[in-house]
Amino acid sequence: MSAVAETLDAGDEPRIVVAGQWKLFWWKFRKHRLAMASLVVLGMMYFVGAFAEFFAPFPVDLPNTRYTYAPPQMLHLFQDGRLAPYVNGYKVQIDRVAMRRTFVTDEAVRIPVHFFVQGDPYLLWGLFPMRTRLMGVEQPGQPLFLMGADRLGRDMLSRVIHSTRISLSIGLVGVVISLSLGVLLGGVSGYFGGAVDTLIQRLIEFVRSVPTIPLWMGMAAAVPTQWPPLRTYFIITLIISLIGWTSLAREVRGKFLVLRNEDFVTAAQLDGLSDLAIIYKHMVPSFLSHIIAACTLAIPGMILAETALSFLGIGLQPPIVSWGVLLQEAQNIRAVASAPWLLFAPGIAVVSAVLALNFLGDGLRDAADPYA
Amino acid sequence: MRDYVLRRLLYMVPTIFLISVIAFIIIRLPPGDYLTTVIAEMSANGAPADSGTIASLRARYGLGDAAYIQYWRWISGIVLRGDFGLSFERNVPVTSLIWGRLGATFGISLTTLLFIWVLAFPIGIYSAVRKYSIGDYVVTFFGFLGLATPNFLLALVLMYVSVRYFGQSVGGLVSPEYLDQPWTLDKFADLAAHVWLPVVVIGASGMAGLIRIMRANLLDELYKPYVVTARAKGMSEFRLLLKYPVRVALNPFLSTVGWILPTLVSGEIIVSVVLSLPTTGPLLLRALLVQDMYLAGSIIMLVSMLTVVGTLVSDILLAWVDPQIRYQ
Repeated sequence: MSAVAETLDAGDEPRIVVAGQWKLFWWKFRKHRLAMASLVVLGMMYFVGAFAEFFAPFPVDLPNTRYTYAPPQMLHLFQDGRLAPYVNGYKVQIDRVAMRRTFVTDEAVRIPVHFFVQGDPYLLWGLFPMRTRLMGVEQPGQPLFLMGADRLGRDMLSRVIHSTRISLSIGLVGVVISLSLGVLLGGVSGYFGGAVDTLIQRLIEFVRSVPTIPLWMGMAAAVPTQWPPLRTYFIITLIISLIGWTSLAREVRGKFLVLRNEDFVTAAQLDGLSDLAIIYKHMVPSFLSHIIAACTLAIPGMILAETALSFLGIGLQPPIVSWGVLLQEAQNIRAVASAPWLLFAPGIAVVSAVLALNFLGDGLRDAADPYA
Repeated sequence: MRDYVLRRLLYMVPTIFLISVIAFIIIRLPPGDYLTTVIAEMSANGAPADSGTIASLRARYGLGDAAYIQYWRWISGIVLRGDFGLSFERNVPVTSLIWGRLGATFGISLTTLLFIWVLAFPIGIYSAVRKYSIGDYVVTFFGFLGLATPNFLLALVLMYVSVRYFGQSVGGLVSPEYLDQPWTLDKFADLAAHVWLPVVVIGASGMAGLIRIMRANLLDELYKPYVVTARAKGMSEFRLLLKYPVRVALNPFLSTVGWILPTLVSGEIIVSVVLSLPTTGPLLLRALLVQDMYLAGSIIMLVSMLTVVGTLVSDILLAWVDPQIRYQ
């Protein structure tokens, strides 16, 4: 109780004694600054991902052939002392030695940027017709490339925002599938013990002893490229979670083994409750917080796996964009040398999401033991 | 000890069997079979195959048989004759393509394993002993970054840096001029000059994990009464550290080999695609993309099996060093 007590005054002692499990959890979690900050960052990332069509200045596949490989622009907020956001235009210079175009900022041209601008109509989540975007330019075709443009002159910022939705949701969907598998197999294993337990433990050891990337590659490569995007998305997620469930299963099993011999479980058994009722009514609630922490720590692995597969060209395929699909374009190291934003825009997105998820998971894990 | 080794060897039999079944499933996963490819090729060449030819081909390759018969034919060919089948794309036996590359994959993975062990051990100790010092924060920071960065991304960033700031491309295991040369001391030196990049890239995340484990374990030990006692008796700080808490903390550190080798092999496969190393990674990817399934399946099977064997060897070595593991 000492750790919780530290956060409160001595006079609060009664509060701790009567506080529920989740209240203690929250008090302990709040102390973990890095985890709190990560929670905010992740909340924003998921929010932006959820409303990607609104936050992205352009549709995901809108090419602009005049501005291929255009470098990132600086967003100026103030103009002559008042709020009037604008970006500078580009001047094209031909490099006669290397025989290629280079873009330089043209200070003379100011392209006004508007917030809550009415642009091309789009369907939010494929359902609701809308026109409003967070920001945009007045005329179509004007450049607004805050993170640069790719080889077809598509806006990297818009592409990264749209990929955020796919990459982050794969983590969530994958973890849900993994968790169902893990709770089912780990629960059966830990609750019943004996031969079933041995068999499932062998299975888990087997999955963990085999290198995952080649297995993923083998399965993912069999997904036909002409399948509709949504189907590919679910199959890839399924493939990733088929291998990712083992750590969750171990966690669940460990908790079951500990709780199985607790007095309150014995009491419930003596009262004639069925196995399923005991598991769901008495055992699951008492380790739910641990499971949440373990899930959070499992999501980064899913995201990284999807990124790796798509990067190799056997995961998600364009027109779906995920961070891995964007990074695939960065495989050409010559292109990256002259347009590093192809690598760094999606790269930083991956690293910050995974970092934040790791910190959040650490914080949740610490908080899951409020009396420790 | 003998019982332990025997038990572990026995456990390995179902594992190997399961791996072979999975490899076979992967070979059969893509829609259509080898013949579909052949027929498509024949009609593309303007000589469509008649149904008689197709039927005889089908019988020759046994494609009409039940799955378990096909599996038996495939696995018995491997076990009895070392015949892994044909690479359809290059029309040569799979065996002629993979052995050298498998060697390279495991050479790099094991080098990486040694590298991260040798480095993670002292860094972990330092990080625990000087807890919350600047050095510890630096290590922790890079550790978290290493855990969060996919290794192929790290490879890309390093390649970008070397192209951008040093004006040269990295990649491969030896310089082009040594490619077909016999092994000499010069070539070996050249190999050493190239191999550090993949080793660092593949090892980054594993090393970050190991440092954290070492640090946490040592921190658990450092403040125990037996350490205080030894210190009170006037033992020098360095000897004290190495003689008691480090030895206790070493145990979980050593037992991580089991799970780290599969990760390293995985990492090697994807990093070698980025850095175009002559290992199994690029070969596997290419085979999967053109659905050269016997080649792909064989690579997946052999890489997995060798990983399992490698883990077994390291486990046995550990059990030999540390009796506690034997009796668990």
